[in-house]
Amino acid sequence: MAGEHAIEVKALRKSYGKTEVLKGIDLQVKRGSLVALLGPNGAGKTTTIRILATLLKPDSGSAKILGHDVLKEPDAARRLVSLTGQFASVDEDLTGAENLVLVARLLGFSWKQAKMRAAELLEAFGLTEAADRQVKKYSGGMRRRLDIAASIVVSPEILFLDEPTTGLDPRSRRQVWEIVRTLLRSGTTILLTTQYLEEADQLADRIVVIDQGAVIADGTSSELKQSVGSGTVRLRLKNGEQRPEAEQILVRALNQPVYLEKDATTLSAQVSDPALVSAALAQLVEAGIAFTDFSLGQPSLDEVFLALTGEPLDETETEQAQEIA
Amino acid sequence: MAAAQPELTAVNQATLHSAISASHRPQRPNPLDASITMAWRALLKIKHVPMQLFDVTMFPIMMTLMFTFLFGGALAGSVGDYVQFLIPGIFVMTIAMITMYTGHALNTDISKGIFDRFRSLPFWRPAVLVGMLLGDTVRYSLAGMVVIVLGFILGFRPEGGIIGVLLSLILVLIFAFSLSWAWTVLGLVVSTPESTMMVSSMVSFPLTFATNIFVDPATMPEWLQVAVNLNPITHVVTAVRGLMSGTVTADQIGLVFLGCAILIAIFAPMTMYFYNAKGTR
Repeated sequence: MAGEHAIEVKALRKSYGKTEVLKGIDLQVKRGSLVALLGPNGAGKTTTIRILATLLKPDSGSAKILGHDVLKEPDAARRLVSLTGQFASVDEDLTGAENLVLVARLLGFSWKQAKMRAAELLEAFGLTEAADRQVKKYSGGMRRRLDIAASIVVSPEILFLDEPTTGLDPRSRRQVWEIVRTLLRSGTTILLTTQYLEEADQLADRIVVIDQGAVIADGTSSELKQSVGSGTVRLRLKNGEQRPEAEQILVRALNQPVYLEKDATTLSAQVSDPALVSAALAQLVEAGIAFTDFSLGQPSLDEVFLALTGEPLDETETEQAQEIA
Repeated sequence: MAAAQPELTAVNQATLHSAISASHRPQRPNPLDASITMAWRALLKIKHVPMQLFDVTMFPIMMTLMFTFLFGGALAGSVGDYVQFLIPGIFVMTIAMITMYTGHALNTDISKGIFDRFRSLPFWRPAVLVGMLLGDTVRYSLAGMVVIVLGFILGFRPEGGIIGVLLSLILVLIFAFSLSWAWTVLGLVVSTPESTMMVSSMVSFPLTFATNIFVDPATMPEWLQVAVNLNPITHVVTAVRGLMSGTVTADQIGLVFLGCAILIAIFAPMTMYFYNAKGTR
């Protein structure tokens, strides 16, 4: 087998008409690791993954799957990868079992083997009870699980997951994460795209942040967070008139700039070390500044982007920042 | 049930782990196997969405009744006489028109994610289409039977007997399979399922009406006669009339096969070209 990299992408470019979707993407994924492509809608995540899955041709640059060039040897590359697209690639009119038998048959299983493999996967993905139900009657989470099951009828060396949890409820999201972790433990190399920093944080060995077709950051989750601060502390004061005083105390205690938010009682600051926050809070209490609300959250994708590009995200899809760390 | 296990009751990790390790990669399926599998999918769709059969039953009934009673008296003097002439034509027309749903079905597949799944699997690519078209023959046969049974009730008596009718069905199925490749090109080129339907209808109406189905082409202006004689559907209708009345000639059948061969020779490679190019732009 070729080298330690399962995926090697160099200077990948792709345009649709005058719109440059990819402006020279570089990407390396080690065998058996999980890399998350993090970015907003339209950043070029799906385009990158479709090129790697041989469904799309780049204008220039190279992409290798375990040493096989996706342009020169698409068939060899195709045999090593499997893609779970952003939109469920299953047939909604068919039942879950029928979908898996269909894929197994098209991979060359006999009818009998196909049925056995389908039953095995349905069991593994907790879909046995829903096996004979039409997929259109599945919940979003069940559909996703079936979709991933269809992608591993023959276990691929490399699995691409395009926004595997977008639109899922928190419980289904955690189930998908658990599946992804199990796949990873079984030796599958995974490249997934996501809009959620939390997801990348939970799953990825390395996070590659892309925006407008270019890589703007590449590192482990902690490296990325260090560049942004490990989180944001947000305070709502009982009395807005005390805000200037509170600001001074926070600046001193956290050693960070403090943002005065639109709401006249609220201020927030990036923090590098949560321990500093408790000291800061103690000082506020000592100074007689009462607050009604306090939260310490992970940096949201919005904040990562703000830090990396100086521009906020257009979308307001980064809702899960306020979890108490 | 206790809420002690808050999550992951749905995913069985141990089974999942062994399912991942247990998998092996079989030899890729041969073209026939792949096509049969795709045909199986088409039949499952009929089973799960029986509404699909609505068009192949109601449409032929509507066409037969409408044209028999609307035009029968005026064109042939009496409904009874016209039925002998019309039913073989309606039989061909109904099936030919239903073939246009093929483009719609393909386009629907493409607009959903399942198309990417198929394209990323290593099987013989035309199987997607061949299988779909094979599955459609069930729908076509049903539509054909509806026309014949209804025709029989209205007084149609095929001189060629049951054999003539069955051979007609087989001939029309072969033709429908050939014609479908034209619709699959459309299904691949046009952007949405809705517009596929619109364009298909615009093509299929003149294609079925500019034929010898309703009237003898001798009554038409000369330029139209040329067009009608070039229309492969005209030759299918002639051959089916021959088969059903027991007077068919080898030439008539030969012309149908020639038409089929030309349709496939033009549209099958075009379909495969657009199919392979789809998404790789």
